[in-house]
Amino acid sequence: MAAEPWQTAEIPGPKKALVITKPEVVAAMIKRAKHPVLVVGYRAAEIEFEGGKLVDFIIEFSGKSGIPVVATAHMVSEFSKRGFKPASFMPAVDIGNRLVDPSWSGVDGKGQHDLALFVGLPYYMEWTILSGLKHFAQHLKTITLDNVYQPHANWSFPNISHEDWVKSLKVIIEKFEGGEKE
Amino acid sequence: MPRTFLEKFKMLVDDIKPSTLGCVTLSKKGLHIKIGEMKTDVGLVKNLELSIGKIVEEAWAEPMGPTPFPSLTALREWDLKLLQRYKPFYLPFCDVCCLCTFGKCDLTGNKRGACGINMSAQQSRIVLLACCIGAATHIGHARHLLEHLIEKFGRRMPLDVGGLNVQVEAPITRLVCGVKPETLGDLEEILDYVETQVTHLLSVVHTGQEGSNLDFESKVFQTGMIDHVGMEVADIAQIAAYGFPKADPDAPLVDLGYGTVNVEKPVILCIGHNVVPSVGIIDFMKENGLDGEIEVCGLCCTAHDFTRYYKRGKIIGPISWQLRFIRSGVPDVVILDEQCIRTDSFYEAQRIKAPVIVASEKNCMGLPNRTNDPADAIVEDLVSGKTPGALILDPEKVGEVAVKTALKVAPLRKKFKAIPEVEEVLQRAKDCRQCGDCRRACPQDLHIPEAMKAAMQGSLAKLADLYDLCVGCGRCEQACPVSLPVHSFIVKAGEKKLKEETYKVRAGRGPIQDTEIRNVGSPIVLGEIPGVVAFVGCANYPNGGIEVAEMCREFANRRYIVVTSGCAAMTAGMYKNEEGKTPYEEFTGEFTAGCMVNVGSCVSNAHIAGAAIKIASIFAKRNLRANYEEIADYILNRVGAVGVAWGAYSQKAASIASGFWRLGVPVIVGPHGIKYRRMLLGRADREEDWYVYDARTGEKVYVGPAPEHLFYASETKEEAMVMIAKLCMRPNDTTKGRAIKLTHYIDLHKRLYGTMPEDIHRFVRTIADVPVTMKDEIIKILEEKGWKETVIPDPTLLPRLIRKKKE
Repeated sequence: MAAEPWQTAEIPGPKKALVITKPEVVAAMIKRAKHPVLVVGYRAAEIEFEGGKLVDFIIEFSGKSGIPVVATAHMVSEFSKRGFKPASFMPAVDIGNRLVDPSWSGVDGKGQHDLALFVGLPYYMEWTILSGLKHFAQHLKTITLDNVYQPHANWSFPNISHEDWVKSLKVIIEKFEGGEKE
Repeated sequence: MPRTFLEKFKMLVDDIKPSTLGCVTLSKKGLHIKIGEMKTDVGLVKNLELSIGKIVEEAWAEPMGPTPFPSLTALREWDLKLLQRYKPFYLPFCDVCCLCTFGKCDLTGNKRGACGINMSAQQSRIVLLACCIGAATHIGHARHLLEHLIEKFGRRMPLDVGGLNVQVEAPITRLVCGVKPETLGDLEEILDYVETQVTHLLSVVHTGQEGSNLDFESKVFQTGMIDHVGMEVADIAQIAAYGFPKADPDAPLVDLGYGTVNVEKPVILCIGHNVVPSVGIIDFMKENGLDGEIEVCGLCCTAHDFTRYYKRGKIIGPISWQLRFIRSGVPDVVILDEQCIRTDSFYEAQRIKAPVIVASEKNCMGLPNRTNDPADAIVEDLVSGKTPGALILDPEKVGEVAVKTALKVAPLRKKFKAIPEVEEVLQRAKDCRQCGDCRRACPQDLHIPEAMKAAMQGSLAKLADLYDLCVGCGRCEQACPVSLPVHSFIVKAGEKKLKEETYKVRAGRGPIQDTEIRNVGSPIVLGEIPGVVAFVGCANYPNGGIEVAEMCREFANRRYIVVTSGCAAMTAGMYKNEEGKTPYEEFTGEFTAGCMVNVGSCVSNAHIAGAAIKIASIFAKRNLRANYEEIADYILNRVGAVGVAWGAYSQKAASIASGFWRLGVPVIVGPHGIKYRRMLLGRADREEDWYVYDARTGEKVYVGPAPEHLFYASETKEEAMVMIAKLCMRPNDTTKGRAIKLTHYIDLHKRLYGTMPEDIHRFVRTIADVPVTMKDEIIKILEEKGWKETVIPDPTLLPRLIRKKKE
């Protein structure tokens, strides 16, 4: 449960992500956020999750929480196959670049986001994009939902087992049972 | 007879009696005469000083352009235009700066450090540093190569790189420097310039110099530009002097892969990028009737270059094959020259008892300098094991020592290898603690612990699965707390695949012919050939090299012009189609639609930039000479070219890419490329960023995000393929050309993303741009998006090119 970067040498610097020890906190932060967004990388179609894939959980999570989804790489096809239309799709570096711009209108035209959640990107890509946001997007908070520690996020799970991670995500989604964020 | 004005003048000066002269300084670049007192028929001259900055023998009719030998700021305005559209997105790799003793300084959140620098400037500063390293590496290589070739062939050796087919022999040099080199000697002055520039550029990185991130970025572009000059000098010098293929579309197909090496013979392995020592080996072999008796094989660009000289040479593979091939025990002698050599190669070679010869002063490996010792004495010491290696800085002596040593040491070594047998792997795997440190050290996040667990249970299948994905870095072994040779386990498990690696790659052909440019110039500029895609760079691939081959095939089949170089060129050749053909056997080597053109090694990348420049010069007849800004503007707006460095890892790759950016050619890197810590990204959603001047009228015209990005890291191969098609669009495309490009973009998007692109309306200028087969579908989208028709301009970002000013 140590809060060490998943890739041993990816040492960041003085400011590191706070560790998510209680998944309920993530749900609370999402509920508090005025305009969150969820960025989903291609690995969400590969990672096993409760007999399906992580992408299946994401769809359910987005549906229950009302968080708009941005699909990166070719993930849009995986969402489409499952009958889900993400709010937008664009390259990972593009969504990162837009999130640093305070004047961006957001994925839904409602203005810049105040919370960005990330999941399913290659570790080092997410690491660097979160770094860009940490340094240049002061208006934004970031959370990673991956099961590895991402030191450049504001909040991250530590390196945890697959089983513990699945349990944690299920706790988060339970907090949205019954509809979108309160 | 002396050829140049400079030489004639020197003879004249030599005739003047020294007593009359105070001082004469004569260099390649200029002349300085100082006369204390001189009596002549017209009178007495005292204290005369005459200084001529530069002597040019003018035989080139093209008028000099505005920026010969540009200084650090000469092209700044052009850079700032590009950077206004393609703004840097910084992705810091580290929160601190540790370059001076004030530090470490915490720059988190764009804070300023003790010297005053903020995070964005610091990131661009590091990019500049990386590019300076890359450029200096090519330029230093060029200087060493040129010095050797001049010593061997003389300054007056003509620069013939393609006979009558290549009249524009050095397009980058002409464009940047405004000179037209004709001989090896003419290249010295060009290297003087780029060496001076790289010194200035490196000095910019010093603490307390530049403070603006955009000015750092401009200097990054300058570095890339001079790097391209250095690469061009290196390659045209070696093509001309060594008789490499000269712009030859039918350059020979040469062997590629471990399996092509006859392990029954003595084997010499050359690693690096400087061909000179390899030429020494090949020449010695031939001169002594040993051709065919010894296998000469290589890794990285040295291998590319010696197969341009010797078609029986074998290319083993890209950089990632270094560990696996040395440990296989096949090489009997290892020659290290320069660049991209694993710095533990000497240690690895010792493990297989293969003597090492180090042949570059840039890379001495702590070995004794035996350059002045008799060859036979060195051979004796290497064969007896008295010394495991030697530094030899004379390439001819390297040849003699390498060949003699290989012949003697091969029977003794008996291919002694450092890769364990299967039984040993299975046994030692039981020591694995399943701590996961190997996976956490692996840049690919490979599931090594699971594979080790399977090995503990008697199966190598999962380790074998990792073989194709492994980049051969060896970090897993360094991380293992019980010192298991994990990489060797993977190689052993994948040994069958390794030994079956028998492929073909077309030897590097060098430049593109002027005639080829004439043939394709029009269809490229008008958009009817949908694009030029160059797969270049290193082998830090995210999912194995197969993705490079797949992309090459996809775009060659779509009738794009596909060009390769360096490690990517090798990688592309390592995958056969259903008929057993490599892409080089499947597609033509002519620079035309649907081709597969290997230009050669890293320094041959100059010919890819050169081809784009020649389209502007030869096809469009734009003045080339020292006319950088106009030519770059032409390429940005008209030449649908894109570079793909799918496995880029090095500083050289960074500087090569930056040379392309300034020239208006976008570059895509694989996901690892995000670690270059800065992207140059356009914002398609900001309409105001995508206006150009119509050179006919001076009106500003919206042209859409074409090309959308200048430097961009793609997460997956699928994303890259869609982006390649998109980045090939240019404002100048004709309606027919744009329809063709849109067809490919939409087709790939539908296939790989399962949906229509959401930005089609940004690329349709008139209804005639819409592909006929998709008309109904697209027109509906255009209506939904509120699309309005625009004109197709004669596009330029340069107000000075407007022919009729707006009233």
